[in-house]
Parts: sequence; structure tokens; C-alpha cells
Amino acid sequence: MNFSEVFKLSGLLSKFSPDGKYLASCVQYRLVVRDVNTLQILQLYTCLDQIQHIEWSADSLFILCAMYKRGLVQVWSLEQPDWHCKIDEGSAGLVASCWSPDGRHILNTTEFHLRITVWSLCTKSVSYIKYPKACQQGITFTRDGRYMALAERRDCRDYISIFVCSDWQLLRHFETDTQDLVGIEWAPNGCVLAVWDTCLEYKILLYSLDGRLLSTYSAYEWSLGVKSVTWSPSSQFLAIGSYDGKVRILNHVTWKMITEFGHPATVSNPKIVVYKEAEKSPKLGLGALPFPPPRAAARPFSTTETKYEIASLPVSLQTLKPVTDRANPRIGIGMLAFSPDNYFLATRNDNIPNAVWIWDVQKLRLFVVLEQLAPVRTFQWDPQQARLAICTGGSRVYLWSPVGCVSVQVPVEGDFHVLSLCWHLSGDSLALLSKDHFCLCFLETEEGAGTA
Amino acid sequence: MGDWMTVTDPGLSSESKNLSQYTSETKMSPSSLYSHQVLCSSIPLSKNVHSFFSAFCTEENIEQSISYLDQELTTFGFPSLYEESEGKEEKRELNIVAVLNCMNELLVLQRKNLLAQENVETQNLKLGSDMDHLQSCYAKLKEQLETSRREMIGLQERDRQLQCKNRNLHQLLKNEKDEVQKLQNIIASRATQYNHDMKRKEREYNKLKERLHQLVMNKKDKKIAMDILNYVGRADGKRGSWRTGKTEARNEDEMYKILLNDYEYRQKQILMENAELKKVLQQMKKEMISLLSPQKQKPRERADDSTGAGISDVEDDAGELNRESIWDLSCETVREQLTNSIRKQWRILKSHVEKLDNQVSKVHLEGFHDEDVISRQDHEQETEKLELEIQQCKEMIKTQQQLLQQQLATACDDDTTSLLRDCYLLEEKERLKEEWSLFKEQKKNFERERRSFTEAAIRLGLERKAFEEERASWLKQQFLNMTTFDHQNSENVKLFSAFSGSSDRDNLTVHSRPRQKKPHSVSNGSQVCTSKLTKSLPASPSTSDFCQTRSCVSEHSLSNVLNITPEETKPHQVGRECLNQTWSLASRPGSQEGGCSGCSLACTNSHVDKDDLP
Repeated sequence: MNFSEVFKLSGLLSKFSPDGKYLASCVQYRLVVRDVNTLQILQLYTCLDQIQHIEWSADSLFILCAMYKRGLVQVWSLEQPDWHCKIDEGSAGLVASCWSPDGRHILNTTEFHLRITVWSLCTKSVSYIKYPKACQQGITFTRDGRYMALAERRDCRDYISIFVCSDWQLLRHFETDTQDLVGIEWAPNGCVLAVWDTCLEYKILLYSLDGRLLSTYSAYEWSLGVKSVTWSPSSQFLAIGSYDGKVRILNHVTWKMITEFGHPATVSNPKIVVYKEAEKSPKLGLGALPFPPPRAAARPFSTTETKYEIASLPVSLQTLKPVTDRANPRIGIGMLAFSPDNYFLATRNDNIPNAVWIWDVQKLRLFVVLEQLAPVRTFQWDPQQARLAICTGGSRVYLWSPVGCVSVQVPVEGDFHVLSLCWHLSGDSLALLSKDHFCLCFLETEEGAGTA
Repeated sequence: MGDWMTVTDPGLSSESKNLSQYTSETKMSPSSLYSHQVLCSSIPLSKNVHSFFSAFCTEENIEQSISYLDQELTTFGFPSLYEESEGKEEKRELNIVAVLNCMNELLVLQRKNLLAQENVETQNLKLGSDMDHLQSCYAKLKEQLETSRREMIGLQERDRQLQCKNRNLHQLLKNEKDEVQKLQNIIASRATQYNHDMKRKEREYNKLKERLHQLVMNKKDKKIAMDILNYVGRADGKRGSWRTGKTEARNEDEMYKILLNDYEYRQKQILMENAELKKVLQQMKKEMISLLSPQKQKPRERADDSTGAGISDVEDDAGELNRESIWDLSCETVREQLTNSIRKQWRILKSHVEKLDNQVSKVHLEGFHDEDVISRQDHEQETEKLELEIQQCKEMIKTQQQLLQQQLATACDDDTTSLLRDCYLLEEKERLKEEWSLFKEQKKNFERERRSFTEAAIRLGLERKAFEEERASWLKQQFLNMTTFDHQNSENVKLFSAFSGSSDRDNLTVHSRPRQKKPHSVSNGSQVCTSKLTKSLPASPSTSDFCQTRSCVSEHSLSNVLNITPEETKPHQVGRECLNQTWSLASRPGSQEGGCSGCSLACTNSHVDKDDLP
């Protein structure tokens, strides 16, 4: 496992291009595009203001930089560095900007979700979509990029519009039976749309591409409901994480629940392996302490190293007592992700923030629990294999694979708190992002995946 | 209480009865009361009669008393005490016979009355004890009743409490339910209100949005613009097309195509899965058939028509299915066929398994049967044997019982009881007993011998004393009568000859008393017997020596004896004589004494000689 040198970064804005050749990162108002392999700067663009959002176009030819404060979007071409494009939303303001899947249109959401403006880079044409719903996940594109589903709100009722992305023609428009729709998500095969209601009500609706309601699922009533939803890459399962600390998995044939995964605070099943991160006791022999203490710079590891230990069962995990009188309590399944090969599901229960639960989807049971020393900030599966990268906001990155897990200290001078991470397409490298810096971690060899 | 009461005299008992009667009257049954009254009235009467008699008859009023008694007796139905007289004027004579008869009858009556009284008393006692018992029972039952009543009350109390609790809980539950209902209602109303408010707010918000939209969007905002260097080509390289009805239709088509593709894909997957499952089913079926076919002959033979038919059906089905390519058939028919055949198969398999189970159990049973058939004779033999054994055992038990009875009958005999106590050692005991008797005999013999020896010793001592005295007297005589020396000398010679005869007595006896040989010869004739005896009995050395000497002697004399009396040596006699001989040997110390005394005499003589020498 090798680490690159540290580069400057702001706003956690660093992204690999979809083709995996480039790495874009932002430093204040500058956009830097590097070669992934050499890490040499290929292009350097200067925007008008501090960049708040960047996005690669699907063909990796353009990069969109959004400056929401200014209501500005600047687009840069990688092929023609001189080419420039600036979209000003004016007094309408800007809260979100994204590419259409074809990479030739930009969808800008104005303030107060008044409308969505679709700007084309090919023609002069500008399209407006009225009444977009202000919600968590209101726009979703199918994987093949043909269709876009958009949540709308008109007359206190939720609607969904399905557009054909090629010409932005409205294909379907239908009302959904929801109180307050919060999110929509296409199945990876692009034929089923999952719609979930506000957290006040546990309700999942499944619509076909042609707008037919396929099924409705509700696990319970009178309690906080759905918190997170994700499709399995095969579109076979829909995992629903809810505020009751359970993940329910629906199948794609009958749309009924197959199983539910509870996240109890104590793990006692002897079949489950619990990896517990533990601090390595510093080796302080008499002779090991050199007399003139070396300079801080000489010691790259400012904090003690940690390792994973296999905890003896039963293990009781650290739980967080949620504050119940506040909105958005820290309970329930806040994060869940299927591994790209469909075999595993990683989840995090927000009131057990230090633990990552990895479920065996084939056997539909808990497989491994990782308990970290700090709350898990984010985790992401390797796009190529069942390998999970976890960061906890500390100076370490954690990798888990079915063979074991490892805790890796980022060998960087000074503090490097890994706040976020993202995998390269190939799964060979990993970008580790801290508040002000980022570095790449290369995993070409399998040596890093040894057991702790 | 009743026991000592019966012993006391009737009057006392009656008084105590009276007491008891009065004390217990309240609780007595009427019948018992009645009997008591009768008893009490009868007894004081007799007492009164006694006391009355003392003053009843005096010298003066004999006549009146007699007449009174007569009257009384006649009124009670007794014959008149006076003789029947012709004239009524005449003074009637007292009929002694009648008086006596009356007395007798009265006495008999009295006795009867007493007996009846006794009976009644005992009955009364019985009844009294019964009464007591019943009273105690009654008290006990009353107590029980009381306790059970108390218990019942306690239980009722508990029940009441529990019911109370239950009611309270019910009330609480109801309250809680009401609360829940209320809360739910509140929630619902809040929710509706919230929704209402939300909607109102949202409408306001929408209005505002609309207004904002109008304000922001409708005014041609110069700022809203895209500043682009040059338009880029589309990603697919095509030119954008106009939006027309055609494109719309095309989009629809495409969408449906996509959906169709997806459904087709899913159908294919499902078909594949189905095919796999069918394959598995088919394989399973085949395996089942192949598994079942070898056994199928036997079950058919066993008149299992239904399953046999099922199998044949299945075979037909299988054949059909195999002939037709089932995968081309429409789903329903195939499914029906498959499910039917599988069901049949399954039924067959189930029945087969059941049959196997039955067979297994049967095999077990049959195995037993076969063994039985094989070993019937053995079995019979065995039973016979067992019966014999039982009989033997019964006999044993019988004998044991008899022995036990005998033992009980003749418990005085120690030996037999001890023998009977463990009859298993009967024989041994008998043997031991025999030995014991033998031993006893021997012991007796020894005792006798010892006694004889002591006697002999005593006698010897006495003789010696006598001899000493004789000697002393002789010496005195010698001293005193020097003149009668010759006479004394002849006597002395006589004495000496008599004494010396003991030293070679055999010669003497042989020569002088040939008749005495007879017992000797007999004893020598039964030499073996005696030797045996000597062997078995620890013979004293003196006797053995004596025997030996005698046998030595007898050898000399045997021929003579045999020649003299050949008829007399009969085996029976020999045996008897032998025994006698032993007895004589033991009991005849005379000869030995003679020998011994002779020796002693000789010794003394030598002493005397020595004494004489100086």
C-alpha cells in the first residue's frame, strides 16, 4: 500500500473522472485536473469564485463547477482548455447543479425550488421544469442515461415526472400516494422507481417506468419510518433502512420483504466475527526511547497506531443515547451500501455510530461487525470487488474484505483527518480527503488486505 | 368407664347410671333414654323389696302377710299359695309346694331379670360408648366444618381481593386503553391539523413562489444567460431533432421496448430457473422411479393394488413425458403433469417408505417367528425342563415346609433343630454327627481307662500299704516268734511262689491252667481287629506292650489252642469276643496290676533283699 504526497484541497471537492484517467480537485477558486497515474497537473482552471460543487460529465470531457453563492456555473473542457462556458442564474439563485447523463446538458435548480433550468451545451435552447420538489433526492437518472425521474409538488400533492433525457420530453407524469415524498431512486436496470415517503410515515412505493404502481410496502405505522434506501446492483433487492434500527430487504419479484436485519447493541451469535479496533500499546522499552527526543517531523505518526482484534463474544457495542426531542434524531440506519458483486451489504446504525455491520446477502445473515474507535463518517465499496473502505475522521483508513480487515495509518506529516474517501474506478487507488488536503492511496498489491 | 361399672353392685351402678343419665340426658336419643328409664325403675324396686322385707313380716302378721302375698301373687298370675278348699269359710291351708314353686319361679324370674338387666346394661354401655364415639366424631366433624368454613371464608376473601384487584386492573387497562385511544385520537387530530396547516402553509408558500416566479422569471432578467464560447457537438454526434408528435411516439416506443426488454430478460431468467427446477424435478422423478422399480415387484405381489397401479400410471406418465419434449409444452400442462406425477411419485415413495417401515417391523417379527419355528422342539424341551425344575423346586419347598413343621413340632431336640435349621448340610451334619458319636465313645473309653488307671493306682497304693503293714507285722512276728521260724518259712515260700508266678505267668498259666487260654487265643485270632483298635485308639504303652507280649505268647499257644478248640473260633464270636477283648483289655487291670504289683513286689523284694543283705 503506497501513499501519494499530499495535495491541497478545499471543500472536500476531489473527484475521479468517470473514465478513471483524471482527478479533479478544487483549491478555493481553482480547479486542478491531474493525471491519476502520474498525479501531474494536466489543467488548471480558475473560476470566478470559491467553488462549491464540481461534477464530471459522463464522458469525462467537461467539468462543472458550481458557485451557489453567486448563482454561477462554470464549465470547463478538458480537450479544449480555452473553451469556456458560464451560466448565470441571476436573481433566481442556484441551489443545485448537475449534468444530464449525456454530458451536454446542465440542470440547475433555482432557489426555493422554483424551477429547474436545463441548459444545453449543444444548442441555444433552454428548458424549464416547473414545480420541482424540494427534497432529499428529487432527481434521479437511470443508469443508461435515458430517463430522468423528477419529484414534483403541485397543490400539496406529490407527482413524479419521467423525462426522456435525449430531448427532455415528458414521458409520464403521475401522482404518488405519499404524504410528503422525500426521495426517489431508479433501480439499476432502469425499469423500477422506488419512492419513499417522509420519515413520519413508513411507506415505500414502487413504480414501473410507465408509471404503473407495482407495489406498496409499509412495515409499521405511527413511528419514524424510512431513513435510507438503496438498490442492490442487480436490481434484485431493495434495502430499506429505517429509524427502528432495522434493514428490510424487499425482493424484486413479489416486492415483499425477504428478511429484516436488526442491529442490536450486543452481538452474541458465535458465527459472527467482531473486529474491534484497538490501540496498539506503544512499545516503550528502556532503550527504545532515544535521549534527545526526535523532532515531531521525524515522527510521521502523531497518534498511536491501531489494529483490529477479534473480540470474544458476546460483544456489546457502544451505543449513543439519542436526543428524542430534536428533529432528525441520531437513530436508525443512516447508511447502507451493497457491494458491487451483490454479496455484501454494509450498514451503519446511527445510534451505534462506531460500528459497521456487514451482512452476507447470500445467506441473509450478519457476517461481520467492525467496531471502530471513533464514529464512522463514511464507507464505500471498492467498485471492482468486495472491499470496503471506511473512514472515521481520524488519521487512519480502514479496509475490510472477506479475508480480514486492516487499519492503515496515513503516513502524512501533521494532522490528516480523513473525512471522506472515494475509490478509483479500477479499485486500485483511493482518494483520501481531509479538510485541507488530499492524498491518494494505491492498493495495486493484495498485501494490504491481510488480517489485522 | 363401662368395665368397672359392670363389676360394681347394681344399685351403685344404677346410681351412677342415673347420674350419667342425667348428665347426658339432653343429648341422648329417645330410645336409649327409654331403656335407661326401664333399667332405673327396675333396680330401685328390688332394693325397696329388700328393705321392705325387713319390716314386712313379723310374728304377729304372718297370716296377713301370707294373704297379702297370695293376693299379690295371684294378681301377678301365680297359683294361689293356699290349698284349694271345698268350703270358703274354712281357713285355707298354706300350700308349701305352691309357695316353693312360687319362690322358685320368682327366683327364676329374678335371675332372668338380672340377666336381662345385665344385657341391658352392657347394651347401654355399648350405646354409651357409641354415643361418645359419635359425639367425638361429631365434634371432630364440627371442627372440620369450622376449619373448612374458615378456609372457605379465607378463600372467598382472597377471591374477593383478587377480583377487586382484577377489577382495578381492568379499570386500569380500560383507562390505559382510553388513554391510548385518546392519544391516538389526539395524534390523528394533530396529524390532520398538521396536514391541514401544512397544506395551508404550502399553499401560501406556493402562492409566494408563484409570485416570486412571476417577479423573477417573467421580467426579462438579463443576467440569466449562458455565456458560451461555442456550442459543442452532441455526445452521440447526431444533431438535435425537433420535438414533434413523432418523437413523442418514438419515445413511448422506446420506453415500452425497454420495459419489454426488461420483462423479457426477467422472463428468460424465470424460464431458465424453471427449466433448472424442472430438470431437477425430472431427475428426482427418474431417480425415484429407479429407486422404486426394483421393489415394485414385491409390493405388487403383496397385493398392493393401489400403489401398483400408481406406479404403472407413473411409468406411463414418465414414458409420455419422455416421449414428448416436455420443455416445448405450455407451462400449464407441463406443470400439471409434472406436479401430478411428482405427487404420485411422492405418494408412492411415502407409501413405500411406510411399507419399508412395516417390513422392517415385520422382519423383526418374522425373525422372531422363524426362531420360534426352528426352536419349537427346543422350546418344548425347555419348557419341559423348566416344568421339571419347577416340580423339583416345589418338592423341595414341600420338604422344607415339612422339615420346618417337624422342627416346630420337635423343637426340643437340639441336634435335629440345628440340622433342620440348615437342611442343606444335612448329610454333612449326619456325617459329623456320626463322627461326633464316635468321638464321644472314644472319649468315654478314655475316661474309663483313666478311671481304671486311677483306681488301679489307688488300689496299688492300698496294697502297698497293706504290704508294708504285713511286712511290718511279719518283721514283728519274726522278732517276736523266733521259734516259729520254719512254719513262717514255708509260708514265705508259698508267698514267693505266688508272687514269682506273675513274672513268668504265661508259662505257669499254660502249664497249670490250660483252660484260660481260650480268651487269649480268641484275642490272638482277631489280631487284626485289635491292632486296628490300637491304631485308632491311642493306646497306652503299657497295654500295647501288654498286647505285644500277649501276642508273642499267643503265637506259642495258638497251635495248641486251635488244636484243642477248633469249633469254637467262629467269626461272629470272634467279632464279639474281639469287642469283649477290647473291653476286657480296658477294664481288666487285674492282670496288669498283677504284673505291676509283681514287679513292684519284686522291686520291694530286691529292696528287701538289699535290706536283708546287710
